[in-house]
Amino acid sequence: MSSTPPAGELLSAPEGLLSIEALRVRFPGTNAPALEDVSLAVGRGECLGVVGESGAGKSLTFLAAFGLLPAGAEVSGRARLGTTELLGLTERALDRIRGRRVGLVFQDPMSSLTPHLTVGAQVAEVLRRHLGLGARAARTRAGELLERVRLGDAGRRMRQYPHELSGGMRQRVMIAIALACEPQLLIADEPTTALDVTLQAQLLALLAQIKREQHMALVLITHDFGAVAGLADRVAVMRAGRVIESGTAAQVFGAPRETYTRELLRAAGEPPGVPAAPSAPAGAAVLEVSDLEVRFAHGTGLLRRRLFTALESVSLELAGGQALGIVGESGCGKSTLTRAALRLVRARGGRVVWLGRDVSALAPRYLRHLRRDLQLIFQDPLASLDPHLTVERLVGEPLEIHLSALPPAERLARTRSMLERVGLEPALYGRRPHELSGGQCQRVGIARAMILAPRLLVCDEPLSALDVRAQRQIRLLLEELRGEQGTSLLFVSHDLALVRRLCERALVLYRGRMVELGPSAALFERPLHPYTRELIEAIALADPALQPARLAKVALGEPPAPLASPGGCAFRARCPHATAVCAEQRPPWVSAGPGRWVACHHFGQWADGML
Amino acid sequence: MSRSERRRRGGLALAAALLAVLVLLSLIGPRASPYSYSALDWRHLAVPPGLAGQHWLGTDSLGRDLYVRTLYGLRLSLVIGVLASAVSVLIGVAWGAAAGWVGGRLDAWMMRVVDVLYALPYLFIVLILAALFGRGNLAVLLLGIGAVGWLTLARVVRAQTLSLKRREFIEAARATGLSGAQVLWRHVLPNLAGTVVVYATLLVPQMIVYESFLSFLGLGVEPPRASLGSLINAGARQMLSAPWLLLVPATVLILLLLAFNLLGDGLRDVLDPTGR
Amino acid sequence: MFGYTLRRLLGIVPVLLILLTVSFFVVRLAPGGPFAAARALPARTRAELKRLYGLDRPLGVQYLDYLDALAHGNLGPSYSMRDDTVAQLIGAGLPVSATLGAAALALGVALGVALGVGAALNPGAVLDRLLTLFAALTLALPSFVTGPLLALAFGLWLHWLPVAGWRPDAPRYLILPAVTLALPLAASLARLMRASLLEVLQASYVRTARARGLGRARVLWHHALRPALVPVVGYLGPAATYLVTGSLVVETVFELPGTGRYLVQGAIDRDYTLVMGMVLVYGLLTLLANLAADLAHAWLDPRVRHEPL
Repeated sequence: MSSTPPAGELLSAPEGLLSIEALRVRFPGTNAPALEDVSLAVGRGECLGVVGESGAGKSLTFLAAFGLLPAGAEVSGRARLGTTELLGLTERALDRIRGRRVGLVFQDPMSSLTPHLTVGAQVAEVLRRHLGLGARAARTRAGELLERVRLGDAGRRMRQYPHELSGGMRQRVMIAIALACEPQLLIADEPTTALDVTLQAQLLALLAQIKREQHMALVLITHDFGAVAGLADRVAVMRAGRVIESGTAAQVFGAPRETYTRELLRAAGEPPGVPAAPSAPAGAAVLEVSDLEVRFAHGTGLLRRRLFTALESVSLELAGGQALGIVGESGCGKSTLTRAALRLVRARGGRVVWLGRDVSALAPRYLRHLRRDLQLIFQDPLASLDPHLTVERLVGEPLEIHLSALPPAERLARTRSMLERVGLEPALYGRRPHELSGGQCQRVGIARAMILAPRLLVCDEPLSALDVRAQRQIRLLLEELRGEQGTSLLFVSHDLALVRRLCERALVLYRGRMVELGPSAALFERPLHPYTRELIEAIALADPALQPARLAKVALGEPPAPLASPGGCAFRARCPHATAVCAEQRPPWVSAGPGRWVACHHFGQWADGML
Repeated sequence: MSRSERRRRGGLALAAALLAVLVLLSLIGPRASPYSYSALDWRHLAVPPGLAGQHWLGTDSLGRDLYVRTLYGLRLSLVIGVLASAVSVLIGVAWGAAAGWVGGRLDAWMMRVVDVLYALPYLFIVLILAALFGRGNLAVLLLGIGAVGWLTLARVVRAQTLSLKRREFIEAARATGLSGAQVLWRHVLPNLAGTVVVYATLLVPQMIVYESFLSFLGLGVEPPRASLGSLINAGARQMLSAPWLLLVPATVLILLLLAFNLLGDGLRDVLDPTGR
Repeated sequence: MFGYTLRRLLGIVPVLLILLTVSFFVVRLAPGGPFAAARALPARTRAELKRLYGLDRPLGVQYLDYLDALAHGNLGPSYSMRDDTVAQLIGAGLPVSATLGAAALALGVALGVALGVGAALNPGAVLDRLLTLFAALTLALPSFVTGPLLALAFGLWLHWLPVAGWRPDAPRYLILPAVTLALPLAASLARLMRASLLEVLQASYVRTARARGLGRARVLWHHALRPALVPVVGYLGPAATYLVTGSLVVETVFELPGTGRYLVQGAIDRDYTLVMGMVLVYGLLTLLANLAADLAHAWLDPRVRHEPL
């Protein structure tokens, strides 16, 4: 270990393009600096991954370097691009660098494009400004750029407004704008964070290709070591406004020096081959759902209401003590399934049975008393807690409702012991949710759900809004509680590795329909549905030895829009194995081995390599 | 505490103090003078203000004491403002919360009514009503003015209720097993309180202006009673010969409105009903 | 866009009809009648007058008669000013009121937007603080207070401008009334503009536009200003309502021969047709202003434009 050179030395790459030295940022009205002594360097054509949790100062470093911080921030240190010192440059001089020599892509594609200008106009604007192109030339070039980032149907897309594009498409537009003037350096700040796994993989693969072909340097800012593993030549880890570790990708991934880095790495992706979740002895069914169908009204007009089918013929059964994972991309009906199973949204058809009792037709007021056995925890822990109540009252409320005969002292005692059980300190009991961290809020949510000792706990992406380390802690807490109380789990997640670890079985949904169900281990080792395989291939492994090759195989284009026509297989537009029959007949839900079910016409053939 | 926050809280305290002084003056101020609001003093007609005489702030052309009349008008304006605001808050909260909570067609219909009323010169209708039925009739005046102010509040409460309804903690409460009424009582209404307090505070000065506006046009309180509006109206007519008749009630009205507006703005910053 | 405009225009008709209907019956519910004030009139003459104007017929018939006349563009005779028809009265007063309203609107919008943008660009600077002070003061100064105070200061004490009155060829007479009417409008718009532009300048897409090196001016005019104008444009509806009611006070204070005085006096005199005529004119005006605000909003924000309506 003593032979490892200090961080700063390692990063002074011979052909430095961007070098940041001793950068310090302080905001007025705060005492502690937001950034302290940050030094980073990016060489020509190389990719630097900057990894850390939210609030670590990753984005801040680059916003500060390129003069994009809000007025009033105190910035000191040095930041050089080539031979130009950036700090202290006038706005006018910076404007000749930003968008010209350096392209920036920000996290949230939903709000990063100007809403009232067409996509084409926004691409052309940069070309006209920096390259002095005429209106016509700029439009032609804009079209080419949009094709370059694999935005299908570029000609039509150019005339559309940002809100008419999906999140993935918008991020492609952002990348096209950043690339418009062929910059030497592209800074991508969490470019894929808000997107689905498959889209994430596609965009990262696209960035990798562009970087290679244009010999462009790339800074990839992310909280996810998996995203970095496929691209980065070198990695810097940031925490609380400082760079705590840096080195080549092989060094940081292979032999991390800091415990914090190890924690982040461990949280990023369990290496394949983790033991599947402990199998509890199966009891009587706690939840049975059959032929569930849910439709939502589109739009709020008085007259015109279009219906959109969120779930169609979904059936599942969950035995006592068991855990079932539900996976799929956003909008596939995962959350709707949990709400319909808990009868929080009205189902149009189908049957729901709780603990052997058919509740499909039960009026809400009879349902209420049964709810104590089926509890729910949410994705956004802060939003799921009433802002005006204290922690103690929040956790005590289920007791007030369901055990109203309990004397207040006893209620308080139970509340406190539950709070203690989920690891919250007494100092926090009088606080309100906004005074807590995300992880603490989720602990409150879990305490609130578990205080009634429910038979079933439904978890709707309970970890995805949390920081990497909080994710791991909450996951462990859930595993422990489940072991202690024998609670069944219905676990919704987009994170397949997590489902594999927590759940014996997994169900894959695509556009409101079931496509595959089976034991997690078998399902992930040998997927029977092409969609399941796509999901698995999109998982970013935190391993720089494997991930680049995996990324190279990912399709670069925007997935084709799902076909509107009813009938047939919903996945066929995206499916590499689709044949005529897929357009004509809906694939039946068939048994495919012990405990395995799939809805694909060709599952036998393609999985065995015949198609 | 940051500097801006300290300044904000300072402004809030100042506004509260100013308001407290005005309320106290309106209640006990008139007792300090031997005159009543309607007593005519024929020996002192249109006397300018001066500490030497018995009429500290002068008299009007009928010899009525301006100090007493202004404070009496202040009291009346305050009472009408607060009561009319209460009417507005009642209608507005009930209408907005019902529309937002029930949702669907009822919501669409109720909000359409608000939209239509919003697009009408509503104060005009009150004006017509006051001219037709309510000259000097305080009850009609109160209801009429109160019926103007609720539209904005109904919209705000409805929007707030709708967004609360969509918030996850409401779903969490339902998933826990609370009934609709329990959710409304325990989780929706308490979260509306901040907004309602702020808007109610900002409504009072608005209602006072409306009342003064009607009184100014001769449709509000009838002589010999006086509100700040009718005093300003009378003062404006004699501003060449006796400018104090305009300046004194105008100053008091400005201070009163300033205090309420600052209080409302300050409360909004402190309670921050939209921030959370 | 054209279809939408047409639909919204047609949508005004039922609203106006409801407004007229309600006003018609409410006005007639009030105690007293058109000729009650003229005490000198003998009972027979009064009955004769009533017959002449059709006021002795059943209320429903009167209502239908009124609508029929209205459909033919006839607003009816005035009961209190019997030499003129309602149309003539409004025709005489409206140019004055409209000039006042237009001047105040232009002044208010120009001042409000300029102040708001200026304050938002340098929050905490002198202009921003001045705006805060100006807005707080103006909100506490209703026009029936500002009007007399301005007249007192600039008319009586300084003799710079006329205290009251109106001459169509002398714009000097318009200055004080227009300023009085415009001040609260300017204050409200400036506050709205400032808050809205500050919020937009924080938006992610403005930072992105800056990150593209587009330059300060282009980012402000091309990317930030249009979305920031949305709430300001949305305020045009309430602004029209304000101008209509505010003009009433201002016309009284400055003794302008506009239409404002007809409303109050008409209602006191139970001049049914005159009140109805005023309700029609001002109702139409505010409804159109609200429609214009909605159309402008759709123009500013493509997301609204694409919503099926």
